[in-house]
Amino acid sequence: MERKIRVLIAKPGLDGHDRGAKVIARALRDAGFEVIYTGIRQTPEQIANAALQEGVDVVGLSCLSGAHNQLFPRVVELLREKGAGDVLVIGGGIIPYDDIPRLKEAGIEEVFQPGTPIEEIVNYIRKRMEERRKEG
Amino acid sequence: MDRGNPPVKGRGLASRILQGDIKAASRLMRDIDDEVEGTVEELKLLYPRTGNAYVIGITGPPGVGKSTLVDRMIELLRKEGKTVGVVAVDPTSPFSGGAILGDRIRMQRHSTDDGVFIRSLATRGQLGGLSRSTHDVVKVLDAMGKDVIIIETVGVGQDEVEIARAADTSIVVLVPGLGDEIQAIKAGILEIGDIFVINKCEQEGADRLENELRLMLEMGSKRPDGWVPPIYRTEAIKGEGIKELLEGVWRHRETLLEGEGHKRHLRERARAELLEIIQAEVMRRLLEGLGEELERMVEEVASRRKDPYTLAEEVLERFLCQGTKSKG
Ligand SMILES: Nc1nc2c(ncn2[C@@H]2O[C@H](COP(=O)(O)OP(=O)(O)OP(=O)(O)O)[C@@H](O)[C@H]2O)c(=O)[nH]1
Ligand SMILES: [Mg+2]
Repeated sequence: MERKIRVLIAKPGLDGHDRGAKVIARALRDAGFEVIYTGIRQTPEQIANAALQEGVDVVGLSCLSGAHNQLFPRVVELLREKGAGDVLVIGGGIIPYDDIPRLKEAGIEEVFQPGTPIEEIVNYIRKRMEERRKEG
Repeated sequence: MDRGNPPVKGRGLASRILQGDIKAASRLMRDIDDEVEGTVEELKLLYPRTGNAYVIGITGPPGVGKSTLVDRMIELLRKEGKTVGVVAVDPTSPFSGGAILGDRIRMQRHSTDDGVFIRSLATRGQLGGLSRSTHDVVKVLDAMGKDVIIIETVGVGQDEVEIARAADTSIVVLVPGLGDEIQAIKAGILEIGDIFVINKCEQEGADRLENELRLMLEMGSKRPDGWVPPIYRTEAIKGEGIKELLEGVWRHRETLLEGEGHKRHLRERARAELLEIIQAEVMRRLLEGLGEELERMVEEVASRRKDPYTLAEEVLERFLCQGTKSKG
């Protein structure tokens, strides 16, 4: 049986808007992914542990509060500490363009701006997963 | 923890799991779910270390508050010093094959507690049925040393009944205002429920629901162990009634462990499990052996050139008689 792609969608930080995250979750489900949605106001610890327990391939972080520079890298750091550094971490939300290089350096492998067509995100995840499976 | 006889087969996940490696446990659960070859070798190694956890099943219609109840039960169980595993099952979309697994939202506050491990599963459309992989994931949690394992499933379909059968205590959750729905679902649930919960009991109609439920339970057949399913009222969102519910679970456990019922329960479970594994494995090997031929046969039946009975006989004779050897 073909391996399903499992994605955790989480909202770190204090903002309480999760409409965007829910839209993404549904779109990923419609693309055939299994999406674990953990809700709003998640700490990096909660997110990393959930990702570990759920055995996901991808963690999608969405943040509108402006705290992404602290929160996103912390999630990557924790995943690595817990031996789950192989999980693909991507980000979205309101992220100033200037912050992106720093986030990428910290291990957030792609950052999607608001308004990015969902297919682009789906295709990106598919492509990255295929690459990984080829690498073994 | 090496017992001098290092496993030759498998990928070493089992021994890592027994040493408390969370990542390895999570990985094996993934392999179980994805039906990766060789996974049974790991399960064989874990099996001797299972059978210690108490398994509670929670089922009921969508949105009645099952996950919220689980969250509250975890809270209490942790206060009692027990470690907890949770398997939360949600349906796979038949259209896309994808799923949104949202039970975890209600339990996320426990995700930083080392004594709790929560795993979400989608029903997928597996050969052996959903219950197969759920049972195996439960085995992993059991081998990890979790004291109590809670399985949450939606609805009261066949799958849920199967899963509930694997639980030591099955809880069926309902809410006031279900109206005639209760009539529609009673067939399956009355038999599987060891305990009934009326959640959202602050809402109107709780009395009526309780009366109806009691009536139906009284009309149902007597249980061999003499257990009379109690009905509890909870307001999960506020944590009301959870303590009483858990006390009910432990009373049911005592009844199970006391009488002859326990042996029978274990035997029934063992039988169901063995048959299920055989069934799944036979199907898997048959389909593997058939390969492309299956579609040709389907075509022959669809165009009415052959009847399905003859074809099924042919297939079975071919595979069962010559043996279905496969590396598995
Ligand atoms: N009024 C009231 N609402 C409750 C109670 N318990 C849970 N809820 C709410 O009911 C809704 C559904 O709760 P869940 O725990 O997700 O229900 P569920 O049965 O797990 O849902 P599915 O897994 O989707 O079938 C949430 O909005 C809860 O806050 C309760 O005792 N009273
Ligand atoms: Mg739920």
